[in-house]
Amino acid sequence: MATDPLRTETFDLVIIGAGSAGLAAASAAADAGVERILVLEKEDYPGGILLQCVHNGFGLHRYKEELTGPEYAERALNESNKRGIDLRCGAMVLKITPEKEIHYSGEKYGYRLARGKAVICATGADERTRGAIRIPGDRPTGVMTAGLAQHYMNLDGYMVGRRVFILGSGDIGLIMARRVTLEGGKVLGVAELMPYSNGLARNIAQCLNDFDIPLYLSHTVREIRGKKRLEQIVLARVDENFAFVPGTEKTFDVDTLLLSVGLIPSNRLLTDLGVRLHPKTGGPVVDETLQTSIPGIFSCGNSLHVHDLADFVSSEGENAGRSAARYVLDGADTPTGDSPVIRTEPGAGIGYLLPSVLHTDRTEEFLLKFRVRKPYRNVVLLLKQNGKLMKKVKKPYLLPAEMENLRLTREELPEPSGTLTLEIADE
Amino acid sequence: MNKPKLPAEMICIVCPRGCRLRVDEEMNVTGNACPRGAAYAKTELTHPTRTVTSTVALSESAIGRVPVKTSAPIPKEKIFDVMAEIHRCGAAAPVACGQVLIKNVLGLDADVVATRTVKS
Repeated sequence: MATDPLRTETFDLVIIGAGSAGLAAASAAADAGVERILVLEKEDYPGGILLQCVHNGFGLHRYKEELTGPEYAERALNESNKRGIDLRCGAMVLKITPEKEIHYSGEKYGYRLARGKAVICATGADERTRGAIRIPGDRPTGVMTAGLAQHYMNLDGYMVGRRVFILGSGDIGLIMARRVTLEGGKVLGVAELMPYSNGLARNIAQCLNDFDIPLYLSHTVREIRGKKRLEQIVLARVDENFAFVPGTEKTFDVDTLLLSVGLIPSNRLLTDLGVRLHPKTGGPVVDETLQTSIPGIFSCGNSLHVHDLADFVSSEGENAGRSAARYVLDGADTPTGDSPVIRTEPGAGIGYLLPSVLHTDRTEEFLLKFRVRKPYRNVVLLLKQNGKLMKKVKKPYLLPAEMENLRLTREELPEPSGTLTLEIADE
Repeated sequence: MNKPKLPAEMICIVCPRGCRLRVDEEMNVTGNACPRGAAYAKTELTHPTRTVTSTVALSESAIGRVPVKTSAPIPKEKIFDVMAEIHRCGAAAPVACGQVLIKNVLGLDADVVATRTVKS
């Protein structure tokens, strides 16, 4: 008699991705009492992007000491191993069905199915590429994303180039400027389209200023030239409407152009499933439990919204892990259509605001996360519910490069429904 | 003693918060959110140091590189000398996180240690 070769294993919780978000979610769910947890990781080793982030600066919030990315990953892994969590590496998830059946495959496993009562997607983010920003010119080799170059250098041991230019002043670009310099390459400059840097201030200081690498603000690459390998780039200044300013072109003879031009949350599994996406973040729409528009499916980490610090990714993962545990163990966490909700809305100066939906009947404390549109100094944050001022917070400075948090209690939100807006105003 | 030139404002690199520090003539530091910022500002103005991170070639393993760091900050002007030592160094799996790969590199009172555990 033929048996079904696709036997479905059942779990309480399946977590997709074993980076900082997924590993923290697994440990938190186990601590909350969930027994059968499966973590699926597409790479051969757990740790996610941390493994290639060999620089230090991780863990100051979470472990009160300064760690490199691999050290941080190892701590997160040790915590999940201590709890005996079933972690399978080299397992690529292909789809999630509406019945929460996870299809995955890999050399070690063949094609397999696993069902979870709850699912947490912690699938990270993808880098924006040359195509996403449409740089005109030739199409030689030597043009690559900064994170890919980081993989080549730090995990594979290849030098990516000798004369390097970096477009985009995000943290990965800044970190790679130092990395290439330390390994004997020459970084001719970093260009940023905006009039301010998109990286952490400390990375401008220790990655560019330490090595006298020039930062060209309000500049971008106008043309790429090269037959086989990249030979030259043309840089030009842009005006306030991002149009090239004629006569400001500079050429640089380089063999490599690294692009650090943003990350896009990676959510193909969820969009295939019909989960609603947030128009600003590129991640799913979630409530304060990090549950998506489909009950029992949760999201955290860079696949929810792009973070600057792994420490915050881990604590978000823990929130998702605890929420999934409540869903699995209590089964009562599914909001009904008529339960009251507060919808959040970004006001003046706010780029995005998460979570999108709050339930004061189910949760006592809320953590709002947001980014501002441009740099601000000496301003106040105004939190208003249905137009009425609820909270005022002074801020000496706010930067788009730094994700901000605002903690709220149920008592600060006296009405269980309506709209909550966050806006920036002069002091 | 030469008085260090005081910058108008410096960015603290101790943690990702990136405090904007100010230092006066008496080396009093303001703008720091924690004591480590004050210590950083003083060191930065008198004798700046940095932790160096890189990778070392690894044999006997499917992974070709093992990440490393200096166990303590080293003088900023020695960064490239320490990098040259790291380039000369090789390791073979198994390697434990924290394992010393170069003892007291260049006599700077810091070791070069592995930052990842790699089984053979």
